[in-house]
Amino acid sequence: MTILTIARNTFRENIRDKILYNLILFALIMILSSVALGQLTLGHEEKVIVDIGLSAISIFGTLIAIFIGISLVYKELEKRTVYALLAKPVHRHEFILGKYLGLLCTLLVNVVIMTIGLILTLMYHGGVGFPGYLRLIPAVYLIFLSLALTTALALVFSTFSTPALSALFTFFIWVIGHFNGDLLEFGRLMKSVPLQRLFRVLYYVLPNLSNFTTIDSRNVIESAAYRQPIDPIAVLWVTAYGLLYCGILLSLSIVVFSRRDFK
Amino acid sequence: MAVIEIENLTKDFWVGFWKKRPIRALDSLSLRVQGGEIFGFLGPNGAGKTTTLKILMNLLRPSSGDARILGEPAQSVAMRKRIGYLPENPYFYDYLTAEELLTYAGSLFGIKRTDLDKKVSTLLERVGLSDARKLQLRKFSKGMVQRIGVAQAIINDPEVVFLDEPMSGLDPLGRREVRQVIASLKSRGVTVFFSSHILPDVEALCDRVAIMNKGKLQEEGALEEILKVKIEGHEVILAKVGAQDAAALKDLCDEVTPIGDRIHLRAGTSRQVEAVLSYSIRRGAELISVNPIRPSLEEYFFKEVTEGSKRSDSAPIEFNTRS
Repeated sequence: MTILTIARNTFRENIRDKILYNLILFALIMILSSVALGQLTLGHEEKVIVDIGLSAISIFGTLIAIFIGISLVYKELEKRTVYALLAKPVHRHEFILGKYLGLLCTLLVNVVIMTIGLILTLMYHGGVGFPGYLRLIPAVYLIFLSLALTTALALVFSTFSTPALSALFTFFIWVIGHFNGDLLEFGRLMKSVPLQRLFRVLYYVLPNLSNFTTIDSRNVIESAAYRQPIDPIAVLWVTAYGLLYCGILLSLSIVVFSRRDFK
Repeated sequence: MAVIEIENLTKDFWVGFWKKRPIRALDSLSLRVQGGEIFGFLGPNGAGKTTTLKILMNLLRPSSGDARILGEPAQSVAMRKRIGYLPENPYFYDYLTAEELLTYAGSLFGIKRTDLDKKVSTLLERVGLSDARKLQLRKFSKGMVQRIGVAQAIINDPEVVFLDEPMSGLDPLGRREVRQVIASLKSRGVTVFFSSHILPDVEALCDRVAIMNKGKLQEEGALEEILKVKIEGHEVILAKVGAQDAAALKDLCDEVTPIGDRIHLRAGTSRQVEAVLSYSIRRGAELISVNPIRPSLEEYFFKEVTEGSKRSDSAPIEFNTRS
């Protein structure tokens, strides 16, 4: 209950924090690019719209997840709003989970609105019937899952670091996370055994974000654009991976935050 | 019954980047606050008042020692349903309106929505913010923030309220309002523990006080005990006194100070007061006031704390003695 109360307030905070401008920007980019690119790619307009639309959802979502995620806890500490809050019957883990859930709701609303924007653009373009839109759902879902993980990552840093450093750390890990498979490959090429081990450890410890973008060695966004089905069992496995990883990151945030002194 | 029990509480902060060294912010503090009293926690800046309050609120962990509120350890989350807290220089979510902030605070205490609306209205009225209920906190003045802070601290009808510098930054009117709220809490049987360095407020409100300096408890007890109240004489203020009469009055009392068109006389004994009064009335002077002189907490503070810090060879101490 306390978690939901905090989540609701975090959501309200985010909504009043001008994120919606991002959406307007996104919608503009999408509409403009689809009109312009539609004329360049004869016969492939629909694919281009889906490709650009989903990529935009992923990019803007990641930006929101990082930029709000890193200030989620830090802002409460910096402005000392956390003092009055934690002096109430609120466990520290409830605070962290509430904050996380609140931002997740914001992201969900954003992703839903952006997806509606994408569908409207497709409708405006014409040629796609109702069931055609449904193929967007698995791709959007996987994007949201990766955003949930990115948010949890930003939250961990937010519990002990300044926003600038947190943004840097989160961004680095986000980038590495997308090329995680290369780490293992890179390690294999190493001659020294300790380095091989190091790269293997990094491969397992760092989040593998390409899990969310590539399924059966096919890019999810491309699959949606080319009307290729996405394997539901694989999606289930990725969901399990995402939930587990988020759980670990949230536990880490809670441990760090619970040990903190508020000077 | 003691509602706040502090036993040998010590807090060290570790400072420095490479070579960490401890700074003792709180040194073996032991205190007991009884139910229903207003307890003043006094001391200059850096005396350890906020550190103590933060340990009591479980925002800081003590290096050693023990703190209990209402018989439960300070770390207990369940106990927090029964207490209220106003942080020092409070800052609340500025994107919320006064009403929303109190509703949020109330729902964290698990107060039912139906009761909450009524409670929020009553509280806003009590702290004089009824007109600002729909105003976002970013538009609040400092005094208004302080008052909404007091309101959020008492939304759960707490048994004990902790207020960290509740009067700081307030104008005289705002301070009087906060003072009234504190007094009304006492009349409802609430224990109030508040830290301050504004002495007149403490003198006006507190049953007992503790005086802190450099992390150590310097003295604790009833205000009268600490001040050892005895009337040191009277101050008589007169107007319409001629120069000749002023000279004559000098012989009748200890000290004469002309201030503007009035003169202030200090009479050590009641006999002197009598003599001054009968002379001045006979000579047609106008009597403005007669007041007993006793050492104020302020004077005590200066004496004790500066002496204490001289002993421990410390930096100069700042006090806020505005009344």
